[in-house]
Amino acid sequence: MTRIDDKFAELTAAGKKAFVAYVMAGDPDYDTSLEIVKGLPGAGVDIIELGLPFTDPMADGPTIQLAGGRALDGGMTLQKTLDLAAEFRKDDDTTPIVLMGYYNPIYSRGVDKFLADAREAGIDGLIVVDLPPEEDEELCIPAQKAGLNFIRLATPTTDDKRLPKVLTNTSGFVYYVSITGITGAAEAEAGDVGPEVARIKAQTDLPVIVGFGIKTPERSEAIAKVADGAVVGSAIVSEIGNGESVSDVLAFVKSLADGAHRA
Amino acid sequence: MTDDLFNSFMNGPDEKGRFGNYGGRFVSETLMPLILDLEAEYEKAKDDPTFWAEMDDLWKHYVGRPSPLYFAERVTETLGGAKVYMKRDELNHTGAHKINNVLGQIILARRMGKTRIIAETGAGQHGVATATVCAKFGLQCVVYMGAHDVQRQAPNVFRMRLLGAQVIPVTSGRGTLKDAMNDALRDWVTNVRDTFYCIGTVAGPHPYPAMVRDFQSIIGKEVKDQLPEFEGDGALPDTVIAAIGGGSNAMGLFYPFLDDTSVNIIGVEAGGKGVNEKMEHCASLTGGRPGVLHGNRTYLLQDDDGQILEGYSISAGLDYPGIGPEHSWLNDTGRAQYVSITDKEALEAFQFLCAQEGIIPALEPSHAMAHVMKLAPTLPRDHVIVMNLCGRGDKDVQTVARYLGFDMSDTEGRAAD
Repeated sequence: MTRIDDKFAELTAAGKKAFVAYVMAGDPDYDTSLEIVKGLPGAGVDIIELGLPFTDPMADGPTIQLAGGRALDGGMTLQKTLDLAAEFRKDDDTTPIVLMGYYNPIYSRGVDKFLADAREAGIDGLIVVDLPPEEDEELCIPAQKAGLNFIRLATPTTDDKRLPKVLTNTSGFVYYVSITGITGAAEAEAGDVGPEVARIKAQTDLPVIVGFGIKTPERSEAIAKVADGAVVGSAIVSEIGNGESVSDVLAFVKSLADGAHRA
Repeated sequence: MTDDLFNSFMNGPDEKGRFGNYGGRFVSETLMPLILDLEAEYEKAKDDPTFWAEMDDLWKHYVGRPSPLYFAERVTETLGGAKVYMKRDELNHTGAHKINNVLGQIILARRMGKTRIIAETGAGQHGVATATVCAKFGLQCVVYMGAHDVQRQAPNVFRMRLLGAQVIPVTSGRGTLKDAMNDALRDWVTNVRDTFYCIGTVAGPHPYPAMVRDFQSIIGKEVKDQLPEFEGDGALPDTVIAAIGGGSNAMGLFYPFLDDTSVNIIGVEAGGKGVNEKMEHCASLTGGRPGVLHGNRTYLLQDDDGQILEGYSISAGLDYPGIGPEHSWLNDTGRAQYVSITDKEALEAFQFLCAQEGIIPALEPSHAMAHVMKLAPTLPRDHVIVMNLCGRGDKDVQTVARYLGFDMSDTEGRAAD
């Protein structure tokens, strides 16, 4: 059992949907970023997705790419991202942290060393966008062995034939990408998402969380209604990018979380 | 590993798209079903004589293949050593080897019922080739090009627009070829149903590196057929040399010779201002280390934290921080040797070839020429070198003029200070 499994058990017991918030580690700078991350549980965030900055985020839109750029320009590294998580863990031992990013910084550090360090820092799960099931031996299987959840993305192009392959070796939860496209792009229609979530749930007992294209509390509620929870990334990152104060960012996060929790 | 794979350098990639530890399919889930589809279609087409009949017909009547193999007599005499032959792929329609591959991919796209073609381009040569073939077949064409390159390569941007393509300047990241590739991947992930991504080099997720290599291998196959006209039955080159950015013209020349162990294979990377810690070069093999980018594992220019670095080269076509995965494998196995040539050496070679043979080469093959200039004088007169003259220099005339201090607006034709 990871903190992620515990969190979903707790939410299920309370009859609540999950709200997952994504922020880029080190955006706009290390200290502000740490302050925001520390404030997320208080704003109603059930699971934190912590972005690992990368120069070439191919599955992300401009909002997240710019956030990664700001973090890297400020000297953010993989080590500092883990440091930030460890710092957060000092005061919070229950809110799960999922590290989300691309493979190269992890590969560059060395998979075994990375996994040991990530666990030590209190990371609970990984979402690595450019590692499909075909590359499971790279990181997915070693991560599971090291006790970390490996959370996979399922997408509208993942048909029923392929779905079992995507679900094998997935743990923690399934992240359903509600649109074909990049983060921060078009909004997903809850009407389209419901049947897709049901399709996935027919093949797994894992919670299915939906993300991509959710920007408002109303959407957060509508999507959470038809799934086990909602993820918001770009809309939050955009507030940070606009230079909003930490308290304003957290107030916005709270409105999104309240939306999901109303579902 | 089967015995065959062990005994031959030509059996890669394996079923996972790996050349040794390189290559693979490092893409997001949204794209994964698309590249599996593409792989299945390509496997079918590869064994379909009608596919190759269509290719052969277009290669012959539209591209102008076979391109000549040319004995560079004056270059040979001046260098005073090995015999230098040039594979004249710069004479192809659109002026470079790029169209060999584009034709194959567009015919495949048509077989798959795709109606919208996207491509990335650096110097614009792949973009022009893609726009050309799309115009011929009446397909919608969208080309992603770094905003910086759009400025550097204005004539090619205009060419693409004349050919009916939409050129999208890419401002994300630092606005170069790698960013153009990121944006092309983003487009593909968004427009999965009708769009075919026509990659311009032997990189990207499997099956692109193998597929592009197969289409470009026409270069080496022709050399094998043509050399005996000069050197007698069964003659093989002693050395083959080609410039490398992503490495498609080089793979095209090298591949048919991989199992001819008497043939030395040399790839020439862009050394920019010199392969040093400042990374003012694009020599991924000489100055990089293995990593994962754009769907494949290969040698990359990157910092200690795995962040990708921008390369630098006078030649926009070589300005990419990675290299095709098969080259990484050939490098590690020692089957091919990789060297680097600086901007300065390439510029000297550019002028040398203009003056000696009346051929204005592109800056990319000027790097290959520069290595030939170093190597040929050290070799005996019966040693046969074939270099790939993969592109013509029209597109580079302005760049070279600027480096040489020649004022193009000066109608008297005087060199400026």
